[in-house]
Amino acid sequence: MDKGRIIKVAGPLVIAENIENAKMFDVVEVGEQKLIGEIVELRENKAAVQVYEETSGLGVGDPIVSTGAPLSVELGPGLIESIFDGIQRPLDKIKEVAGDTITRGVRVDIIDREKKWEFKAVKSEGDEIEAGDILGEVDETVLVKHKIMVPYGIKGKIKKIKSGEFTVEEIIAVIEGEDGKEYKLSMLQKWPVRQGRPYTVKKPPIIPLITGQRVIDAFFPVAKGGTACVPGPFGSGKTVIQHQLAKWADADIIIYIGCGERGNEMTDVLQEFPELKDPRSGEPLMKRTVLIANTSNMPVAAREASVYTGVTIAEYFRDMGYSVAVMADSTSRWAEAMREMSGRLEEMPGEEGYPAYLSRRIAEFYERAGRVECLGKDTREGALTIIGAVSPPGGDLSDPVVQATLRVVQVFWSLEDKLAYRRHFPAINWLTSYTLYTDSFDEYYKKEIGSEWKEMIQKSMRILQEEAELEEIVRLVGLDALSPDNRLIMETARSIREDFLHQNAFHPVDTFTSFKKQFQMIDIILFFHSRAEKALKNKVSVGDISVLPIREDIAQAKFIDEKETNKIDELKKKIDEVFEKLEKESSNG
Amino acid sequence: MAKEYYTVSEIIGPLMLVENVEGAKYEELVEIELANGEVRNGRVLEVNYDKALVQLFQEPRGLDVDSVKVRFLGRGVEIGLSPDILGRVFDGQGKPIDDGPEIIPEIKRDINGSAINPYARDYPAEFIQTGFSTIDGLNTLVRGQKLPIFSGSGLPHNQMAAQIARQAKVLGKEERFAVVFAAMGITFGEANFFMDDFRRTGALERTVLFINLADDPAVERIATPRMALTVAEYLAFDMDMHVLVILTDMTNYCEALREVSAARKEIPGRRGYPGYLYTDLSMIYERAGRIKGKKGSITQIPVLTMPEDDKTHPIPDLTGYITEGQIVFSRSLHRKGIYPPVDVLQSLSRLKDKGIGEGKTREDHSDIFNQLFAAYARGLEARELQVILGEAALSDIDKIYFKFAEEFENRYIQQGEDEDRSITFTLDLGWELLSKIPRMELKRIRPEYLKKYLPKFLKEEKK
Ligand SMILES: Nc1ncnc2c1ncn2[C@@H]1O[C@H](COP(=O)(O)OP(=O)(O)O)[C@@H](O)[C@H]1O
Ligand SMILES: [Mg+2]
Repeated sequence: MDKGRIIKVAGPLVIAENIENAKMFDVVEVGEQKLIGEIVELRENKAAVQVYEETSGLGVGDPIVSTGAPLSVELGPGLIESIFDGIQRPLDKIKEVAGDTITRGVRVDIIDREKKWEFKAVKSEGDEIEAGDILGEVDETVLVKHKIMVPYGIKGKIKKIKSGEFTVEEIIAVIEGEDGKEYKLSMLQKWPVRQGRPYTVKKPPIIPLITGQRVIDAFFPVAKGGTACVPGPFGSGKTVIQHQLAKWADADIIIYIGCGERGNEMTDVLQEFPELKDPRSGEPLMKRTVLIANTSNMPVAAREASVYTGVTIAEYFRDMGYSVAVMADSTSRWAEAMREMSGRLEEMPGEEGYPAYLSRRIAEFYERAGRVECLGKDTREGALTIIGAVSPPGGDLSDPVVQATLRVVQVFWSLEDKLAYRRHFPAINWLTSYTLYTDSFDEYYKKEIGSEWKEMIQKSMRILQEEAELEEIVRLVGLDALSPDNRLIMETARSIREDFLHQNAFHPVDTFTSFKKQFQMIDIILFFHSRAEKALKNKVSVGDISVLPIREDIAQAKFIDEKETNKIDELKKKIDEVFEKLEKESSNG
Repeated sequence: MAKEYYTVSEIIGPLMLVENVEGAKYEELVEIELANGEVRNGRVLEVNYDKALVQLFQEPRGLDVDSVKVRFLGRGVEIGLSPDILGRVFDGQGKPIDDGPEIIPEIKRDINGSAINPYARDYPAEFIQTGFSTIDGLNTLVRGQKLPIFSGSGLPHNQMAAQIARQAKVLGKEERFAVVFAAMGITFGEANFFMDDFRRTGALERTVLFINLADDPAVERIATPRMALTVAEYLAFDMDMHVLVILTDMTNYCEALREVSAARKEIPGRRGYPGYLYTDLSMIYERAGRIKGKKGSITQIPVLTMPEDDKTHPIPDLTGYITEGQIVFSRSLHRKGIYPPVDVLQSLSRLKDKGIGEGKTREDHSDIFNQLFAAYARGLEARELQVILGEAALSDIDKIYFKFAEEFENRYIQQGEDEDRSITFTLDLGWELLSKIPRMELKRIRPEYLKKYLPKFLKEEKK
């Protein structure tokens, strides 16, 4: 048989012939520099290969060899706190070898081979085990206990296992397989990225992911194990929301995928996360975070792979029984990478030039989210939440990527440029956004915060909706046409918007609000509203109510430290007092 | 000696097909020799068996299929660099056009550069004072940022870009500073405006210019920004200088790219621009930044004219998706005679948050700009209401905001073409304008700052 050689180079796409043992989605080494590529199409003896590194300098006749294995990630202790590119090459190690820019053909270990980890066996010799069972644990960071699991496909009895210091490649256990084979297990595993990791059964999500972002937690919550999307034009706040969730969401593990976006945004995370403290544990946020960075100027094909790399690592931690949240910013760049490869393959284009399989790929990706019972006899539960940013051209929501995404995700945070222009952040439009999870959380709310929560939220939403209708009237005939009751609705709606929904990500206190404090904030706004309604009946004028200085205290509630939130509740007494005074004055005068 | 081919089979627009080629490499530099001895260049866009598709860097005029000789040079497109490059003027292809001597290169670099490892980047956080309130106060520029101007035809983007180049400084520091200027398809008059401005202010000797004019062949300008950025990288990361790169007009660049794509019969994306426009632009814009352990920096101010003033047109749209904010011009402000006609609501600096505040500008800065934005937005709504219903329909508070918007445009946005405002002046001006709004409305400002700053301006008001 001939040796594989390149016959065509067009950007990131290379066509080769006679690659020995060529299989779809296997990884190949391209050219003398052994650039990494993946077979994406086979026709007779010709293979189309997407190359994950710069292809300049490649030419016809250059060699190409299959590795015989699909594109896979390495899994094991050492993942947390890493920053990888789209095909899981550690960018810090690449910098050590290649300097400040990304050079082609650089090979470095994905997971550190030298580092020793303290492995604590939790199973003993003689124990019966099956895939997913936890053999032992490694304290990977102060926040993450890395569970070493029996790999998929293995069942049998532990012949040998021991605690101690090991590198990821050293043998920690030997299994006598049911199939009669002997398996020597290390802490390092591999898994092909385009294939979801198995679990026992999927379950409906019932717990909200608490993000500390008021508009999200109160009005449009996403479930642990759920899916959400954030479409919006540039500058509307997609990335800030994703960063905020990565910082403050109560997930155990965060996988942040920077897919085809700005380099400095990754640097921002890298520099900020080690400094920021997790509000629950007090430990640096980086201690639970893995970053995937394939920025816009890095090779396009690796952008396509980056979301799979990220979600596969996420599934691995989910399988340990953790709640994992994946942020993908932006899924549009992933879709565009697909479009670019599809175009170069001269496939029949669908809408806007995207390949016909676009929606299927998007659906498959979000399907990897879920609350699951993990493999293994202990029936532990894990959850994988996926939150994808979408960047439609011109902010136009009819964009095929937005539409395909909306068909599969359960939560829609609709970012609006008009809100962003007036610096109402997060610029989530409260009238058009939605969540399909609210009813699933009834139990949780009852237990964690009080059953009146849902009613309070519904009432607030009604006020906001009424405001939108009233605004129409004001626009046509002016504010004077409104009844006092309606004017009060307008005042309260404004308070909900400005004092609750508006949240400054860059303010040290405002950036995160506990669920409890959110309850108190809504509560005080609605308390004021009810009290004002009563005052209106007692002939107090809306004008007098709207200039009450106590409203400034309500507005400042967001800046009250989490430790002093009782100050918010104390406002109620004061509110009562000022209204009583008003009522007395108006009945006297 | 590279092998020579006489096997050109097609020349279509900016593309040339060479057959029976051996060992041509993707992205390789190509030399094309005409019968009269003239030499032009191109680069390999695609290799397919023994065929090489070449993109010409100069116009195809005068080329023929029979007599041209093609050589593949075995390397990418490079530019020669040395410290002597400062103060020089080149054409869009990097040839000197200022009667100066040829540059004797100390080093040659591929103009495509290579992607900065995100791990090697240092986050831009150093405040640059441009002297414009609309930038310093509301859309703060920091060193290493890429902040484009979204303009429209006939709007004063060149004046603003030149004024930024003139006034930009980092407070309290004397550092080596350079300007790299790349003109793509602008008019002779516009190019002269910049040259005169640089000369007048003595900036020319620390400036490098690449000039591709409107009547120069469009394909020539595809390499221009890449040359300019290669020079900028050399000055910033080899010579430790702080470099401001002005790229104007990116719209012309994108059109040249579209021309090549159309000639290749690629499936067009939105409005005929190629699907890879985003990636192509990012390879230019992402060459701004700072690198850990390096002294210099590259700050980019690309200028583009929005076709039909449409911000959703692919060129501004994709640019905005890559750059770290945008300064958007408004034709209606321009018509009102306001310079610079910056639509502050649509403008944005994404990196401002780490470049402002205590120790950088002033502690109250972020609260002030949040409040100014909110107030101006409210004022514009009041203005809209006033247009529909008349002034009588405005509530008292609306009237206050209405007046605020007028004053804000006339005093905060508007400034002179030689007016270099300090950041303190800009911040105080913000307070002064806000002091006319009832205190209870100033929800975006922390109470302690209200207490500290507001009284001063309230008093001034009473005098
Ligand atoms: N919650 C927020 N608080 C304060 N500023 C915000 C917030 N969200 C967005 N912004 C502002 O909007 C800018 C753009 O947000 P970003 O998330 O980068 O937009 P996108 O990713 O949609 O292009 C940010 O740089 C910031 O100035
Ligand atoms: Mg973004």
